[in-house]
Amino acid sequence: MRDVRKTFPGVLALDDVCLELRKGEVHILLGENGAGKSTLMKILSGAYQKNDGQIFLDGAEIEIRNPRHARDLGIGIIYQEFILVPYLKVGENIFLGHEPYLLPGIIDQKRMLQAAQVILDDLGVEIDVRTKVVDLGVGEQQLVEVAKALSIETKILIMDEPTSALTEQEIDVLFAAIGKLKAKGVSIIYISHRMDELFTIGDRVTVLRDGRFVGTHEVNEISRAELIREMVGRELNEQFPKQKAVVGEELLRVEGLSTRGMVSDVSFSLRRGEVLGISGLLGSGRTELASALFGAGKIDSGSIFVRGRHCHIRSPRAAIDLGLGYLTEDRKSRGLILDLSVKDNICLPSVNRFSRFGIMQADREEEAAGRYRRELRIKTPSLNQKVVYLSGGNQQKVILGKWLCLEAEILIFDEPTRGIDVGAKVEIYQLINQLAARGAGIIMISSELPEILGMSDRILVMSRGKIVGEFSSAEATQEKILHCALGEN
Amino acid sequence: MKRREFIIHYGRQFGTLLGLIGLCVVLWILTPHFLTVSNLLNVAQQTSINAIIAVGLTFVIITAGIDLSVGSILAFSGVVLASVLRAGCPIALAMLVGLAVGMMCGLLNGVLISFGRIPPFISTLGMMSVARGSALLYTSGRPISGFSENFRFLATGKILFIPAPVVIMLAVYLIAYFVLNRTKFGRYTYAIGGNEEAAILSGINVKLYKTMVYGICGMLSALGAIILTARLNSAQPIAGMMYELDAIAATVIGGTSLMGGQGSVIGTLIGAFIMGVLRNGLNLLGVSSFFQQVVIGSVIIVAVLMDMALKKQRD
Repeated sequence: MRDVRKTFPGVLALDDVCLELRKGEVHILLGENGAGKSTLMKILSGAYQKNDGQIFLDGAEIEIRNPRHARDLGIGIIYQEFILVPYLKVGENIFLGHEPYLLPGIIDQKRMLQAAQVILDDLGVEIDVRTKVVDLGVGEQQLVEVAKALSIETKILIMDEPTSALTEQEIDVLFAAIGKLKAKGVSIIYISHRMDELFTIGDRVTVLRDGRFVGTHEVNEISRAELIREMVGRELNEQFPKQKAVVGEELLRVEGLSTRGMVSDVSFSLRRGEVLGISGLLGSGRTELASALFGAGKIDSGSIFVRGRHCHIRSPRAAIDLGLGYLTEDRKSRGLILDLSVKDNICLPSVNRFSRFGIMQADREEEAAGRYRRELRIKTPSLNQKVVYLSGGNQQKVILGKWLCLEAEILIFDEPTRGIDVGAKVEIYQLINQLAARGAGIIMISSELPEILGMSDRILVMSRGKIVGEFSSAEATQEKILHCALGEN
Repeated sequence: MKRREFIIHYGRQFGTLLGLIGLCVVLWILTPHFLTVSNLLNVAQQTSINAIIAVGLTFVIITAGIDLSVGSILAFSGVVLASVLRAGCPIALAMLVGLAVGMMCGLLNGVLISFGRIPPFISTLGMMSVARGSALLYTSGRPISGFSENFRFLATGKILFIPAPVVIMLAVYLIAYFVLNRTKFGRYTYAIGGNEEAAILSGINVKLYKTMVYGICGMLSALGAIILTARLNSAQPIAGMMYELDAIAATVIGGTSLMGGQGSVIGTLIGAFIMGVLRNGLNLLGVSSFFQQVVIGSVIIVAVLMDMALKKQRD
């Protein structure tokens, strides 16, 4: 790709970006939020059209007209947000759009499912092709996406944050699969924010910043610090700038909480100024626990005490009124209203404060939204920009702004840095510090062990809906947590 | 506001408005009768009922719902209103009764959808039949006719030189614009349609607001019934057949997305007028009513096609 340029309303998303991909290499694409990684890949996969520049494939200039065309050219993509059909079987999803036919128009279901099973088995994944996608966990869905991309002849495979939702074992499975693909001569463009992965599987790395090309390097010739400097354009001293806050009185206490099948007999407490990390594999009941606390899931038994008072949280509204805020794991489907503006999203839970007799007070809303835009450094051309046009990290900041605007004191962050880059991550960590310093209590659910270890004051480990371990930040190590989470005490 | 943002926010309405103006120019060239004050007021008057019902549908469609029962609710609340009037009830009270009947039907839709978790299409399809049947039962299938001049003023009267229905319609649009853009209710309406799950997790009582939206839609159908009854000097149990389709068409031509989360009443007003002007113009040109249906259907499809093309370009 040479000098590729793309503009959006009010934003120059890509400015003369170059990328050269060799056969059979894993090429890492690195950059902060809004650096243009996803945009570049959408152009390559035909979802967007470039405004300028040239693209060459095997030496010949090509024009990628649409996603179908890209696929015919042998370019496959796995998006950050999955695009599987929930009520179709795994096998049907894998072959969606290129099913094998028995007769013209009649699908050879048996052959299709068998072939799908072979692909999954080759990947070393234990998923039955007859399962419906809706019944799979997020991690398993990601692996189905990989299988889907492999079901066609692929020369170039683009993976956008493929591991952001995966557990350690699933990541190993994925990396093994990537190794096999490389051996077959498939070139892989791999977008990731995880530095460790980069050095594990990458051959070369290209850094983008603010829609511009910064540089391409051999992975073994560059250090982590140099890469971070190129990405952010400044030195990043610490990845986890943890500051201990003064721990105050108890904000939240949970006793014997159980929900239908997913959370059983969970008890813990949270104090002012404390960051309580919750670790555990996918499906360990972490997210269900968060939903239940926030009144979004049904609670079967147990008690919740907020500031010492016994409370029944029956709806998110009740939770919000008690000063809870919930940053959901899946920001697009549960966190944001993509068609509303940055301002409207930030002010949504606090609408009552910005309205009198049901009439909105636009100036006060604008002032508040403007304050959080500055405080959180949300990159947007205007407060009236729809959030759908923002990058992942900036969208996450908008959700944070929502709960800050509400002045929530008990914050539940479910995977707060999933799918966002190092620079924005550090900003979010700093924000967590600030919130704790102001006397808020924070529950941080995360699959990233370094994050849990780096940011928590206390760590709970969940497995099969139960709390199976508790560590202070001093005694916790990755190994201890993992052993606990896997049930090997 | 910067020019770019202006185009993003109002580009769609601007396009529809251009379409309406273009249509008017064509008709002006084809027939001299079109662009006279009396004919334009006539168009406005004929459009008013559809335009008012379409406001209710705009609210409903922004929440990603649909209401197929508006025509039947119009008939039912019309005949109840008429019977109350005939019984000698004061006009204001009778109107309130009519509006209440419409609103109750709408609220029932809303309750079934929000609390009964029935898809809006099904629940309002059921109401469409129930309300129509109720209107026929209530009147034994016969129209109720003959009202006082004071009541008929609502349709035949003029305020300054503007027909009363047009004044009512403009008032409805002013209020609706204000509600959608400046109130909590409006904000929540967009939020629910944009992402219901996120709205719930932002503490919005989605069930309550959805129910209210259908209640408003029913009430506006009843307002349409008042004007129609006054105009015809008769309330018919078979009134308002296919009105739901006209109102949905006006809303969609006006750029409200059936997927929810997006839309505006200004667009809907323009959409309603495109349909009204088209009918009027085709009548003036002496085009057969059979062919008119073909033309109007095509316009709906073309409008949505253009909308899609525009959206793609914006992205």
